[in-house]
Order: sequence, then structure tokens, then C-alpha cells
Amino acid sequence: MTTTIDTPIGAAETMVLNMGPQHPSTHGVLRVILELNGEMVVKAEPIIGYLHTGIEKSCEAKTYSQAITLTDRIDYLAPLSNNLGYCLAVEKILGLEVPKRAQYIRVLLTELTRCASHLVWVGTHAIDLGAMTVFLYSFREREEILKIFEYLSGQRMMTSYFRIGGLALEPPPGWLDKVQRVVDSLPGHIDEYEDLLTKNKIWLGRTQGVGIISAADAIAMGCSGPMLRGSGVAYDVRKAFPYSSYDEFDFNVQTQTAGDCYARYQVRVAEIRESIKIVKQAMQKIPSEGPFRAEVPGIIPPSREEMKTSIEGLIYHFKIFTEGFAPPPGEVYQAIESPRGELGVFVVSDGTAKPYRVKFRAPSFVNLQSLPKLAEGRLIADVVACIGTTDIVLGEVDR
Amino acid sequence: MEPQEIDKHPVVHKLREWSAPAVAEVLEFRGEITVVVPREHLLRVAEYLATEPSLRFSFLSDITPVDRFPAEPRFEINYHLVSLDRRERLRLKVKLSGSDPTVHSVTGVWPTANWHERENYDLFGIRFEGHPDLRRILMPDDWEGHPLRKDYPTEGYR
Repeated sequence: MTTTIDTPIGAAETMVLNMGPQHPSTHGVLRVILELNGEMVVKAEPIIGYLHTGIEKSCEAKTYSQAITLTDRIDYLAPLSNNLGYCLAVEKILGLEVPKRAQYIRVLLTELTRCASHLVWVGTHAIDLGAMTVFLYSFREREEILKIFEYLSGQRMMTSYFRIGGLALEPPPGWLDKVQRVVDSLPGHIDEYEDLLTKNKIWLGRTQGVGIISAADAIAMGCSGPMLRGSGVAYDVRKAFPYSSYDEFDFNVQTQTAGDCYARYQVRVAEIRESIKIVKQAMQKIPSEGPFRAEVPGIIPPSREEMKTSIEGLIYHFKIFTEGFAPPPGEVYQAIESPRGELGVFVVSDGTAKPYRVKFRAPSFVNLQSLPKLAEGRLIADVVACIGTTDIVLGEVDR
Repeated sequence: MEPQEIDKHPVVHKLREWSAPAVAEVLEFRGEITVVVPREHLLRVAEYLATEPSLRFSFLSDITPVDRFPAEPRFEINYHLVSLDRRERLRLKVKLSGSDPTVHSVTGVWPTANWHERENYDLFGIRFEGHPDLRRILMPDDWEGHPLRKDYPTEGYR
């Protein structure tokens, strides 16, 4: 990529510095071209695309069910959120009703995903700014959550656990006890991180007043998630456009008004606590028995037993896994609140077994666009804080 | 929803009342309203929707083209709008011919459109007139072709 910054006439004092693509604080392969006046950033320009793998194009060559595995790999810190967004979009095209039990389990698991993702964020962001210890602790707690995902799906990260119409498998016995243990211990651990950071003078110095974006600017730049709520806009897709029975849960949208890095830190920490609240409610709501996916012949695979004992079951099983199913022609946009903001999935069906077009509105991609607004006029060291606090996942930015 | 019910939809009604030629067609699928806008009206419709006090579609979620190759008009560009305080979504659709895939940029109305339009230029070859910086964003600068077009193969050599 040969991108250059035109040096303005009379500005020979400035120098151009490449930050990345291999810079530890960019959490992947992001390149930022910085035009500097001494240590002050005059102009910042993010260059992306290093991880572009054409996931949207690949989806067009897969059946609707096969594309789920690709969604895991978009935002690899929150695979279940991506699964959910995609499955909900396809279910919307099909006009499919998902059993309540599956909906509640989906809520529980995506909220745990939010906790895991925010834990990675608080750890890596702290390490970027020189506070090493938090990273060690937050990854320990995150691992406990990943163990739950592994127990349910067999995979720590690329779970593909949500399928069209419900879940991949019946959750194994005793899984809620494991969730209970995490829910019991996590609030205390969050207190520990807050002891280390929230009133730490160095932390305050590095984050307060750094990377400010006003509410009006955040809306204009299309920011969503903690980026938008840190600037005082209480927009949360879970509340504004409830999906998967979120309207039955009692939780608050966390906002701060300062719009700086510290405000976004506060929002994310508060969101972990809110997520724990939702997980607790979901544990109460989940019935111990009941279907874990919808029963629609020809679209949802029949149960193992049915496949082996009835001829219709066998035929449907064979047809679903060889040629897939064909939803009616149409197009839908389904948004969910991923840990990073509004994840929108736009699916176009042409009436065949493969999606005609799948588009992922990646929150990281849109949030990163406001980096120049956050970083310009600040010091180089603040650029690190600004990138960290945007909470980008490059896999999602580049898709 | 029946066709006459769609016409009663408050946003559609308001748009038609403001300027009838700005609405070419209104579609509904699974409760989502799509307003098809003629290309030459897009910019004024965008400005109206974003600033009209009773509508306030101030948040642009996404811009996504769909390539209907070999059908004509070949490209459909979908603009997904959100009204944050009224909690409402709306999709605008502009249809473009394959021989002239050009549409006016909406970066002046929603600054977030900048990267979305660059991505669509990069992957679909849609040209956005009046865009401040229309360059490739995901593919390398010297890449040939637009990968998400339907006549671009998924695998193998071109």
C-alpha cells in the first residue's frame, strides 16, 4: 500500500512516522501514518486491509449453515456474538421462531462473551499504558469463561455454537454450575482490577481528558457501543431494538458524559457488571428441559434418533447437509449489540440455498474511522491510548 | 403488510408529502421498510431525513451494495438509517446501471459514510461523486478489479 501524506507548504517542521503494521499496541496489523510536529500528532491516518480475507465473498459460495463457521472468524474475541447476528438474520428471512429456551441460552452465552471480550480489552489496554498486572489477572478470568464455551461446544473460541433455529447441541449436564462459579467470582475480580486502575494516578493521567469525542461527533462518525455511550448517548441495540428476548431482561444502559478514554473505561467495566446481572437472570429463566432448536422439517436437521429411525428424518438430514435449504427471496438487516457496538448483518436471499450477499456491518471498522478525531493534537503516547480505547479487532475491521 | 398500509407508514407518508418524485417505490419485507429513491434525488432525501425535526435519521449504520449481475439495473445501494431517539430503522435503496455506477456521496450529510463509500468503491467499483478521498481501503492500491462483483470469481485465476 503506497499511501503518502502530502506535506503542506511551509510545514517542513513536521515528520512522518509509520506506526505499525507490526506495532504491539495496534492489537493486530493496523498501520497508522502519523504526521508529527515534535511529539505532537498533526495528522493521523489509519491504513487497514492487512487482514482482509474476503469473508463476505466466501459466504456467497457456502450454504446458509456453512457460513456460520466464517462468522466466528470475523471478531475472534466475540465469536458467539457474530454467530448470533448471522443466525438471527437468516431466521428473520425464514420467518423462524426460536424456542424460548434456546433464546435464553443465547442471551446468557453472548453476555458471557461480552464479559470475556471486555476482560481482554481491560487487560491489553492496561498493558499498552504500562500497567502490566491487570493483564495477568483478566486473562485468568477470561479463561474460566472460555472453559464454559469449551464445555458446551468443544471449542474455546471458534465455537459455531449457535445454529440456524437454535443451538448446535443440547448443553451438557452441570453446565449451569460452571456458569454459577464464574458469576460468583467475577464481581470480586472486577473490584480487584478497579483497585488497581480506577483511582490510580498514572492511569488517570494517561486516560482522563485523552481522546475526547463529543456526542454529536460520535453520532456523525457512526460510533456505536462503548465509544458512543462513553460520550453520553444511551444507544444500545439490546434496548432500542430488542432481539432474542432481551426485552424480558432487566438491565441498565451504561453511559458516561466525558467522552474521553477514561469514560470508555468506566463504561466497559460497568458493562461487565451489567452482563453478570443479565447472566444471573438468564440462569433463572432457562427451563431445564425443552427443545434447544426449532423443529422445521427441511430446514432444521432432525434429531439424531429421528434420523436413524425414520425415513423422512434420514431424507431431511441428507438433503440439509448436502444441498442446504432455500429461504424465500428477500433481504433483511439484523443488528445486535456486540461487545464493540452495533454489529449489523445484511443478508440477501435470491431463493437458492446459498446467500446471494452477506454484509457484516463491523463496529470496529466504523469506530476506527474516528481515530484521527481522537488522536490529532495529542502526543504520540496518547495515540496508543486512543487505539486501545476504541477496542478494535482487526479481523473484524478488515473481514 | 398490505400495499395501502405501507403507504400509511408515517415516514413514507411524510416523504411523499414533502416530495412525491423522491419516492420511486416502497417495499416491505419482514417488517423492514425500504424506500427506493431515484439516483438524482438521493442527496436531498438524505439531507431531509437527517435534518427534518420529526424524523431525525441522524445515524447512518451502513452502506451496502448488492450486485444483481447480469440483470439491469445492476447495482442496488442500501443505506441503513437509524433514528436514535425515535428508535426506528429505515432502508434507502438506490438502483444504478452497470454501465454508469455513479451516485452522489452522502459524506456531507453523514461523515461516517466516508469509509463505507471507500469500501464500496474498492469492492464493487461504485463511484461516489463528491467524496473527499475516494481510494481503495481494504485491497492494495494497485489491485485490479472489484472482488465482490458477481463476475469476479471466488477462487482460481481470472
